[in-house]
Amino acid sequence: MTVQAEPPGVPRARMMLQRAHWAATAFAEYDLTRTRRIVQAVAEEAYRNAERYAEWAVRETGMGVVEHKALKNVSCSRGLVEWWGDTDLVSATVDAERRIVEIPRPAGVVLALTPSTNPIATVYFKVLLSLMTRNAVVVSPHPLAREVCTDAANHLAQAAVAAGAPDGCVQVVEEPTIPLIEALMSDATTDVIVATGGTAVVRAAYRSGNPAWGVGPGNVPALVDRTADVAAAARRLMDSKAFDNSILCTNESCAIVEERVADEFQREVARHGGHVLAPDDVQAVRDKLYPEGRMRTDIVGRDAQVLAHEAGIRVPAGTRVLVTPFPLVVPEEPLAREKLFPLLGLVRVPDARRGIDAARAMLRIGGAGHSAAVHSHDPRTVMAYSAAVQVLRVSVNVGNSLGSAGVETNLAPTMTIGTGFFGRSSLGENLEPKHLVNITRVAYNKDPAEVFGNFDGLEPWNAHLDAEPVAAPEMPLDVQLAREEIRRVVLEELRELVKR
Amino acid sequence: MYDYGFFSYESKDDFLDRSREFWNPDKTDFWQDAGVDLVIDRREGYFFWDMAGRRLIDLHLNGGTYNLGHRNPELIATLEQAMQRFDIGNHHFPALARTALAEALVKTCPPNMQRVVYGAGGGEATDIAIKTARHTRQRRKIVSILKGYHGHTGLAVGTGDERFSRLFLSDRPDEFTHVPFNDLGAMEEALSGNDVAGVIIETIPATYGFPLPEPGYLQAVKSLCKRYGALYIADEVQTGLMRTGEMWGISKAGVEPDIMVIGKGITGGMYPIACTVVSEECSAWLKEDGFGHISTGGGAELGCVVALKVLEICERPEVRSMVHYIADRFGRGLRAIQELYPSWFVGIRQDGVVMGLEFDHPQGAKIVMKHLYENGVWAIFSTLDPRVLQFKPGILLGPELVDEVLDRTEVSIGQAVAELRGDRATAAVR
Repeated sequence: MTVQAEPPGVPRARMMLQRAHWAATAFAEYDLTRTRRIVQAVAEEAYRNAERYAEWAVRETGMGVVEHKALKNVSCSRGLVEWWGDTDLVSATVDAERRIVEIPRPAGVVLALTPSTNPIATVYFKVLLSLMTRNAVVVSPHPLAREVCTDAANHLAQAAVAAGAPDGCVQVVEEPTIPLIEALMSDATTDVIVATGGTAVVRAAYRSGNPAWGVGPGNVPALVDRTADVAAAARRLMDSKAFDNSILCTNESCAIVEERVADEFQREVARHGGHVLAPDDVQAVRDKLYPEGRMRTDIVGRDAQVLAHEAGIRVPAGTRVLVTPFPLVVPEEPLAREKLFPLLGLVRVPDARRGIDAARAMLRIGGAGHSAAVHSHDPRTVMAYSAAVQVLRVSVNVGNSLGSAGVETNLAPTMTIGTGFFGRSSLGENLEPKHLVNITRVAYNKDPAEVFGNFDGLEPWNAHLDAEPVAAPEMPLDVQLAREEIRRVVLEELRELVKR
Repeated sequence: MYDYGFFSYESKDDFLDRSREFWNPDKTDFWQDAGVDLVIDRREGYFFWDMAGRRLIDLHLNGGTYNLGHRNPELIATLEQAMQRFDIGNHHFPALARTALAEALVKTCPPNMQRVVYGAGGGEATDIAIKTARHTRQRRKIVSILKGYHGHTGLAVGTGDERFSRLFLSDRPDEFTHVPFNDLGAMEEALSGNDVAGVIIETIPATYGFPLPEPGYLQAVKSLCKRYGALYIADEVQTGLMRTGEMWGISKAGVEPDIMVIGKGITGGMYPIACTVVSEECSAWLKEDGFGHISTGGGAELGCVVALKVLEICERPEVRSMVHYIADRFGRGLRAIQELYPSWFVGIRQDGVVMGLEFDHPQGAKIVMKHLYENGVWAIFSTLDPRVLQFKPGILLGPELVDEVLDRTEVSIGQAVAELRGDRATAAVR
């Protein structure tokens, strides 16, 4: 076989997977108490460093807002454990009625790709989910957030091992490059990829040949209908857009507002730090922030003042969000696309029915399968909207940044939003611990005549079977003699040599 | 027809005939007689294949040569790249790759190590160690361990079992003293004449079946060396390069040697060289007459480049972690097998992935070896103690292969027991 030299760093990175595989093999034998102790310790360590890493992440990436990142880091550490604290994906469960025993089986090696936009929250999230499910995780951070993610992952790794986790159960790729990440994704030792990032990386994860949870980008429509509490809707939208400078993929892209409440909406927006741009300024935003129709990536996660400066427009002091009215949701309209900065499109529609069409149009352009918001007190609108838009989560009367991420709704808190079949992903829910385990189902004969076993007190880690010792062979006489002979010769030899 | 491109044989028998005729008749026949009809053909990772196509898992590794697996892809790539610029170099001149490896190697060794002298193989490196000790101390005597093994070259052979020296009339009992392992009294007696240049010890004697040094033994030998003016030569050929879970077994033992002998695994079986690492004190001859030892193939620069890569791999934290996992899983698995045959499988000697399995039968390891071979595992008995099987897994194994080896080992030991009992039926079952 001819051996091809691999790109620099790849052989070492493959070794990290091997080490993780060993760690996962050991981890799979842990019981619930030990597992929870580790999760608790790591979550607390993450929590203690939430602010420090928030500051570092903003400094390193230039994106987002420190206090908002700190909040996300808290909800992805202590918050996550509070949410999942009672969930047991370790012990066996017995259903005597159905005559089925279920045994959780960890995936093994989780390859966690984390983005530059929510670097630490995602590292926390994926590491803790992996530990809750007794998986080893190799974090591959986005190069823009490499330093802070490396430090955080190593820090969590130490906390995990100090709490009794197997060595190597949390590792981080310190020099991520595209060929290296592709090699890791397709390596047979990777058991599951959890990819958060741009479309390219998610598609690559699915192409890798390994099982993957990949999630696509968002492009969130927010319908405000005539029944909405317009003031509250405007405030929530402004807060959501300002949150971490709109860096969550769940942040709203456009408000679609029923004509009859639109003026009121605009007034309320202005009261909460939104600045509605005049047509010339809207055009300046298109030209400067979307040169050739494409979003500038260098301004992702920057605040409204920076955006205004880049667009060459003047906005009042205290402006938190730029609001750009535009008439028609069509593919050639840049303002109809995803916005990872505090810029909100505004589309007026004659009625909610047209609003639903506009929302559907947005999701044809991008963000299919992700999330949408609706501000309404009419369940018919909510139902019609939710059934029509091609997304898998619709948050109602709440800012979508934290709504669809499960922080301000009762969805599972997540940093990984499944976009399902609409969004070319196999994951339709918010990523949860259960997605990192499989279940072995032990099913007895349905026939009641066949007795179902008593599994009281039995767990995968305590059901050991004893060995039956085998007697030693009787030595044939000549062998016994030979053994004596050898002993004698050796002893003599030793004596003689020592004498010399 | 077996066509290897460079040469071909009609059949395995044809090859074996030629092996007898043109190479080594006794060695060729020895293995056929022992029931091991192995002719190694293809090799990859921790596997090799017999000419007949049968796959074997390599647990012999040529004494750690294939520590990183056969034809390790990183080493192949390194050697190929090195060949674009280097060859073996010139033994008279300061050499780029030799110096680079020396610097890297010294950094991994105990802090008092200073320079590297190169040989082509472990025997030569041992000869260099002995010559260095003699020059440094201006004494001639060398003490080694009974059943120790340091190679077959002119001086090295004198340190080993007489089986190998007497054959060639090369035993020199007046210069080479052998003392029993783990016997400090004998060691002190051998040194107390204040006329010994150096004591050479494998950190865990391999060919003797890896009897483990008793706690404190090696340190005590080092103290005795100090007291009686002898140098401590650590033979790290089989215990180096992470095999004990640390880079060098001697560091793990807490001993600062004066000279270290390193071979086999240092070039991963790709381009052989061996190294003698010496302290500043032992460097004197390198300042007085640097041409004192010359070796054309010694420290061949292609080998040096490969060795640099071997060191880099061995120093990765991932490797350290894996060695511990491998050692732990083998340890537990072997103890579980031992519980099945407590009165026959009587001992597990283990330090990291350096292991010896001890059977209560004078030829026990040979019998188990044969069954392991039949069951697809190649592990060799200890030449100097055939009760003990050398069990030497690589340091990059995954858990699946470890489990596979343990499965095969359990079955093979069961078959060996059954064979000894003359119990055909059990042999078939177990």
